[in-house]
Amino acid sequence: MPTDANQQRELLVRRLAAKDSSVDLVGADVIWTAEFAEAGWIKPWAGLNRARATGDKLAGPLKTVRYKGQVWAVPFTSNTQLLWYRKDLVPNPGDKATWDQIINEAIKKGKSIEVQGNQYEGLTVWVNALVASAGTPLVSQSGKVTASDAAIRNAARIVHRLATTKAAPAGLATNKEDEARLGFESGRSAYQVNYTFIYPSAAEVGGGFQKKIGWARYPRTLPNLPSRPPLGGINVAVGNYTNHADQAFQAALCLAQPNNQAIAAEKGGLPPTTAAVYNDPKVKKAFPFADELRTSIQAAAPRPVTPAYSDISLAIQKTFHPEDEVDPNDVVQKLQDRLDKAAEGKIF
Amino acid sequence: MEGTVTADAARVTPAAPKKKVSDRAREERKLAWMLCAPAVITMIIVTGFPIAYALYLSLLKYDLRFPDEKEFVGLSNYGDVLGSSTWWQDVWNTALITIVSVSIELVLGMAIALVMHRAIFGRGPVRAAILIPYGIVTVVAAFGWRYAFDPASGFVQGLPLISDSAAPLTERGGSLIVIILTEVWKTTPFMALLLLAGLALVPDELHEAAKVDGASTVQRFFRITLPLMKPAILVALLFRTLDAFRLFDTVFIQTAGANGTETVSILDYNVLINRVNLGLGSAVAVLIFICVLLIAFIFVRVLGTSTAQQRGEA
Repeated sequence: MPTDANQQRELLVRRLAAKDSSVDLVGADVIWTAEFAEAGWIKPWAGLNRARATGDKLAGPLKTVRYKGQVWAVPFTSNTQLLWYRKDLVPNPGDKATWDQIINEAIKKGKSIEVQGNQYEGLTVWVNALVASAGTPLVSQSGKVTASDAAIRNAARIVHRLATTKAAPAGLATNKEDEARLGFESGRSAYQVNYTFIYPSAAEVGGGFQKKIGWARYPRTLPNLPSRPPLGGINVAVGNYTNHADQAFQAALCLAQPNNQAIAAEKGGLPPTTAAVYNDPKVKKAFPFADELRTSIQAAAPRPVTPAYSDISLAIQKTFHPEDEVDPNDVVQKLQDRLDKAAEGKIF
Repeated sequence: MEGTVTADAARVTPAAPKKKVSDRAREERKLAWMLCAPAVITMIIVTGFPIAYALYLSLLKYDLRFPDEKEFVGLSNYGDVLGSSTWWQDVWNTALITIVSVSIELVLGMAIALVMHRAIFGRGPVRAAILIPYGIVTVVAAFGWRYAFDPASGFVQGLPLISDSAAPLTERGGSLIVIILTEVWKTTPFMALLLLAGLALVPDELHEAAKVDGASTVQRFFRITLPLMKPAILVALLFRTLDAFRLFDTVFIQTAGANGTETVSILDYNVLINRVNLGLGSAVAVLIFICVLLIAFIFVRVLGTSTAQQRGEA
């Protein structure tokens, strides 16, 4: 399998669309559920299996396996972004900091803020979190815009502001997770929003760099509403064309059991989906920020659960990129126009 | 090499005499067809079938994610594509990249071909060195150029006259320049090779005669070399234009179509592979195919008249 999630999807889609019976289990990104379920590529869960798959899981990850009233996978690992900051450069932003506040602070200190600004899924993640933090999800299950015009315009304003002030790192519009990590490690930035993998990586920089890193909850969009951090992770689903359905359900449950989640956390740096696993001493050791992580995942806003997810994500990316040209005045119109074309299966 | 074959063929075939076909000739023709048959059948299976299937798919509303909604919609997919500003914007982007990069390649390629042609010592090493970029996998070359221009890893920002924080791949102009530079760097050797083959066709006697008549080097290049090389130049341009119009890998690696650098192939990738919309995606693919056919048709027309003219003059 390719490491890139989008390429994994393309490969799986080709095999499942051809009714490949050798696909027993699908390690699915949290955003694939609706698409795979609607196309009939994965099996719904029922009865005891369903109860065991969903019993002890956190609310956020659970939302990503539900579609049209059914459960389609068992949540295995989760992921979310935290606001990482340099303790030696800026004060602790706390859990109530807004984007505007950290942008101001970064400008004051002559440092930048690392985000994922390339035209790819990471940009959708950022925009979705910005909009969802203002109260309503960006898009409904049927692909219609549900967020208010004001919320979308405000997200565009923050994106544009970060991209056009001194707080913008070099290459903002081409940076992905790893470029953001490298930029933060190079010392040019005082903040970054990113996944937890940056923490173990910081230990390898040397010079006590890891000790200089602090963490806080994802920044707020509005001062009076708590932020809704991004939600990532992997669910395990059962392929619809498998000849070994019963064994596949058992294998999926086995894979996702708490012990294995603890191993995935310890060895792979992937946050668990079962609340109790966060209290495991090994997990606590791997994630000194385990409590912040669990709260964030519980509060996280999933990306739109819709079968046309790739279309919607592409429409969002094209509308919000390049960041320095995003105009709050026409962003709603442009987004709506692309989403309409996506819904009708047209070119955009 | 390929250039020589095509150019020679273009000269010879139309000159075949239109006499009554003898028995022997008929037998030979039959044998020729039989010898060609395996290749023709293979071509039909591996290229004819996919093309026909794409044509069929392009007439359907067919999204892999909504298999129940599959239905015959006639030409409406083509209407959608041709009626969208995205398609025309992408055609323009592709044409821009194609025209600029092929023009630069032609000039550079000609210069390199002249050097290779005139090189007296070290002919082998010179030719091999010039060919290296062409031997590198396009994706690798695209990554190389991307990293070179990336502010985090690149050396370009360290050069004089270029800002340390320049990030060309974050804006349209810069992205287009990097894409075109990569294309030029990668395929100029191919152009040079085809032109070198053309240069070999120009007889030395003509140059000597012109020299005796007092023609300067520049005059000889424009009055003798260029006109005689015209078929080879057109063949080289044809190959490169067709290639450049289908440009995918360099753009995919460097910008993935961001900053207004989306080419028609990237658009098709997004619709067909990412959105798994087989109907609409096939319509885009067929339209790209038609564009390529048009380019080939125009070139072959020009090529045909030019070779005919040349024969008339000679």
